[in-house]
Amino acid sequence: MSEILLALGWIANPVNWVGVAGIPNRVGEHLSYSSVTVLIAAVIAMPLGVVLGHTRRGKFWVVPVAGALRALPTLGLVTLLALLLGIGIVPPLIALIVLAIPPVLAGAYSGIESVDRHTVDAARSLGMTEWQVLTRVELPLGLPLVIGGVRSAALQVIATWTIAAILPVGGLGRYIFDGLPVQNYAEMLAGSMLVIVLALVADGVFALVQKGVIPRGVVARQSASSSDGGTRRRLHAD
Amino acid sequence: MNWVWTNFGLIWELTLDHVVLSAPPIIAGLILSLPFGWLANRFRLSRGILLGIAGLLYAIPSLPFLVAVPTLLGTKILNPVNLVVALTVYAVALMVRTTADGFASVEPDVTKSATAIGYSRWWRFWSVELPLAGPVLLAGLRVVSVSTVSLVTIGSIVGVNTLGYFFLNGLQRNFPTEIVVGIVATVLVALVFDAVLVLAGRVLMPWTAVERAPRRGAASIMGSS
Repeated sequence: MSEILLALGWIANPVNWVGVAGIPNRVGEHLSYSSVTVLIAAVIAMPLGVVLGHTRRGKFWVVPVAGALRALPTLGLVTLLALLLGIGIVPPLIALIVLAIPPVLAGAYSGIESVDRHTVDAARSLGMTEWQVLTRVELPLGLPLVIGGVRSAALQVIATWTIAAILPVGGLGRYIFDGLPVQNYAEMLAGSMLVIVLALVADGVFALVQKGVIPRGVVARQSASSSDGGTRRRLHAD
Repeated sequence: MNWVWTNFGLIWELTLDHVVLSAPPIIAGLILSLPFGWLANRFRLSRGILLGIAGLLYAIPSLPFLVAVPTLLGTKILNPVNLVVALTVYAVALMVRTTADGFASVEPDVTKSATAIGYSRWWRFWSVELPLAGPVLLAGLRVVSVSTVSLVTIGSIVGVNTLGYFFLNGLQRNFPTEIVVGIVATVLVALVFDAVLVLAGRVLMPWTAVERAPRRGAASIMGSS
C-alpha cells in the first residue's frame, strides 16, 4: 500500500506538472489521440452499421465478426504496424482505428436492428420514406445502443493508446514504459492511476450521454430494461 | 518460415505458458460468476449494484490494471499471479451480466414446475436452472475465452512469459515475421480454446443445437427446446 502513497506523491510533485513529460501535457495527448481515433472510426463504421441495421443485412456476420476480432492481440497489431509503416504517430493511429471499428459497427448495427419491427412497419404504413423511417424512428430509438458501441470503442482506444506507448509516442502510457526499464514503480503506478481515472471518467460521460438520448416516451416504459449497455460489455476488449 | 522451424522450441514453450496463464481466469470467471450472476438476477437492487461494479471493473484499462495489481495484492511485479488475478477480474466482470441474463432466460413456469414436483431450491438450481441457462453461459464464456487469450499477451510487457514476447522481441529486432508468428499463435490458441468450449457444450448439453448457439444473450433460448 505504501506504493500508492509514493505514486500519489509522484502525482503531487510540481516537477511532474510542467513540460512535455508533465501530467497536463500527457493527459492532453492521451485525450486528443483517443478522440481522433474514435472520431475517425465512428465516421467510417457508424454509417455502415446504420445502413446494415436498417436493411437488416449482416445479421449473421456483423456481431460475430466483431466478436472474433477480439482474438487479435492489440499489442501485436500495434507493434506489427509500427514495423511495417515506420515511426511516428500514424502507424499506431491506424492500428487503433482498425481496433475501434468493430465495436462501433456492431453497436450501430445492433442499435438500429433492435428497433421493433412492428414500430418500423407502422412508420412505413404511415407513409414515411425510408430516410424518414431511419432518421425519425430507428435512429432515435436505437441511439443508446449506437452510442454504446462508441462507448466501448472509446474505452478500448484509451486502454490501447496506453499500450501503444511501447512506441515513441506520447500519452499517459509514457509513464509506464518510461518507468519500467529504470524500475521507477511510483511513476508507473502514478501513470496507471491517471489512465484508470481517465477511462472511468470517459465511461461515466458516455453513460450519461446514453441515458440522455433515450427518447422521453421510451424512458417511462423502460424501467427494467437492459439497453443501458448490454452490447457494450459484450463487445468491449481490453 | 525458416525462423519458425529454428525457433519452434521457443514458440511451443511460450504457447504452453500462454495456455497455462489463460485457462485459470476463464474457469475461475465461470465459477465465480455463478453466485454473482444468480444474485444479480434475483433482486433488482443487487442487479444494479453487481452489474454496476462489473461495468466499472471492465472499464479499467488492462495494462494500468496489471501495473496496479501487485500493489493491491502485495506481490512482486514480475509474479505471473498478478496477470491471472487481473484477467480473472475481467472474466468475472464480463460473465456476471451473461450469467444474470442466462438465469433470466429460464422460464418461471419451468422453475415453478420443478418446485411443484418437489425439487429443493438447491437441487433445482443445479438440475434445472443451471442446465437451462447453459447455452447463454456458454456463449458468454466463449467471448471471455477469446478476450482472455488475447489479453494474456499484455503480460509480456511486465515480464511474464507469454506469446506476447514475440511482439516485444520482434519490435526490438525490427523483425515483423516474429510478430506475425506471435499473432498467429495467439489466434490459434484462442481457436483451440473456443473449440474445446463448444465441444464441452455439446457433451454437457446434448439437447442444444450447439451450431445455433445464441451469441447475443438471453433472447429466444427456450424457443427451440
